[in-house]
Amino acid sequence: MPNKHAIIEKNIGLMIVLIVVAMSFGGLAQIVPLFFTGETTEPIAGLKPLPAVELEGRDIYIREGCHVCHTQMVRPLRAETERYGHYSVAGESVYEHPFLWGSKRTGPDLARVGGRYSDDWHRAHLYDPRSVVPESNMPAFPWLFENRVDGSKTAAKMIGLRKVGVPYTDEQIASAQADVEGVSEIDALLAYLQQLGTLLQRKR
Amino acid sequence: MSTFWSWWIIVITVVTLLGSLWLLVANRKTTISGQPGADGEAPTTGHSYDGIEEYDNPLPAWWFWKFVGTVVFAAVYLALYPGLGSYQGLLGWTQENQWEESVAAADAKMDAQYAEYASRTIDDLAGDPAAKRMGRRLYNNNCSVCHGVGGSGANGFPNLADNDWLYGGHPEAIQATLNGGRQGVMPAWGAALGDDGVVNVTEYVLSLSDEPHNAAQAAAGSEQFAMFCASCHMPDGSGMQALGAPNLTDTIWLYRQADLTLAENIRATLRQGRNGIMPSQSDKLRPEKIHLIAAYVYGLSQTGTR
Repeated sequence: MPNKHAIIEKNIGLMIVLIVVAMSFGGLAQIVPLFFTGETTEPIAGLKPLPAVELEGRDIYIREGCHVCHTQMVRPLRAETERYGHYSVAGESVYEHPFLWGSKRTGPDLARVGGRYSDDWHRAHLYDPRSVVPESNMPAFPWLFENRVDGSKTAAKMIGLRKVGVPYTDEQIASAQADVEGVSEIDALLAYLQQLGTLLQRKR
Repeated sequence: MSTFWSWWIIVITVVTLLGSLWLLVANRKTTISGQPGADGEAPTTGHSYDGIEEYDNPLPAWWFWKFVGTVVFAAVYLALYPGLGSYQGLLGWTQENQWEESVAAADAKMDAQYAEYASRTIDDLAGDPAAKRMGRRLYNNNCSVCHGVGGSGANGFPNLADNDWLYGGHPEAIQATLNGGRQGVMPAWGAALGDDGVVNVTEYVLSLSDEPHNAAQAAAGSEQFAMFCASCHMPDGSGMQALGAPNLTDTIWLYRQADLTLAENIRATLRQGRNGIMPSQSDKLRPEKIHLIAAYVYGLSQTGTR
């Protein structure tokens, strides 16, 4: 009877298997049910897949690493809802692949930035952040003003997203390339930013 | 959550908890087995690596009971808080109601203060240091990103600390701006004026505020100014607050990109037009807060200080 644990301790293959089994319990209880529950899989009222220009804007947001310094997750804490507005809910993110909640705030949260500042402000701020916020340490992104969106992959992105459950229509996919034709990167990014979090409003 | 997934979570959680407890107890050794060695010390497990042996002692009691304690803690926690599937816990705690409680507690504390300030006029509040401090914090959180800390403004974003106003600087106008937002539209005149026209009108605009200018070109531009610009900026260039058309006779320039000369800035404005938007705050901020911000902003221009 004693030293039965020696069987596992002396058999590294068996030990690996049992460790994986033991660790998987956490994920099975905490993660797996979320794939199948309404709170996390049903979109909130009014949520639509991002149109082509906004989708490309989102990819610029990812390319430039905005999510490294900006979260998109207003937590249900009074200090946060006072500053940003309604706390984030899971149903807002069901079409997000990958989600951009982030984990580190160097700059402010952007989950509710839509409509908060004018387009002109965003342009001035992205071209040279310190021209409007002297104490800012955000990098400048002047190339967004010169580059045009490359629409050759927009339709493919939509098809890919449709495979993971984002309900893009055939018409949206068919016109995707034409929709982003000639759009500058800054305009695409602004289109994306100005719709962020606008579905849930709360007076602060 | 469906019944299936609720039970799925409950079963995994309970089995894991009980399983680890069982694993602990089943493998626990309470007594030292075997005989002491020749030197009178506790027996060893029998294996020896590089001459290093291991005593065959039971688990330390503090470690054992701490482990049991974590399991007890888990059981108590799962009884009080949501964790076991759809079971809500005896305390009825949720993230949402915790948030609602903290908002309600803060409101209970501050509503009286807000109500008192809301009952007073903006003019009155602008002279009250405590009200201005409160207004300044609200301003810094919500307005300073565009208008600068202390209302200093930026290229394209009006300075609020001077006494030059696009839409009027009396308390009601400031409050109306905050509530409804503003949209200042200057059309692009590049096509209508042509390249020479843009240059001439620019020189004329410079002459209005006695900036250095080319008199001949300014004279040529005055006619086009009267035709295209005077309807909003008035024939004498003094502007029109009903439209938010800036006064062109003073030396305050809303659009002044730092790396361009004043003339270049004016030419850019004429060529491409301007579209200055102040977002409406009435759907974002409560009226009492807008009232306080208006008082703070009004106070800025009255004293010229924070």
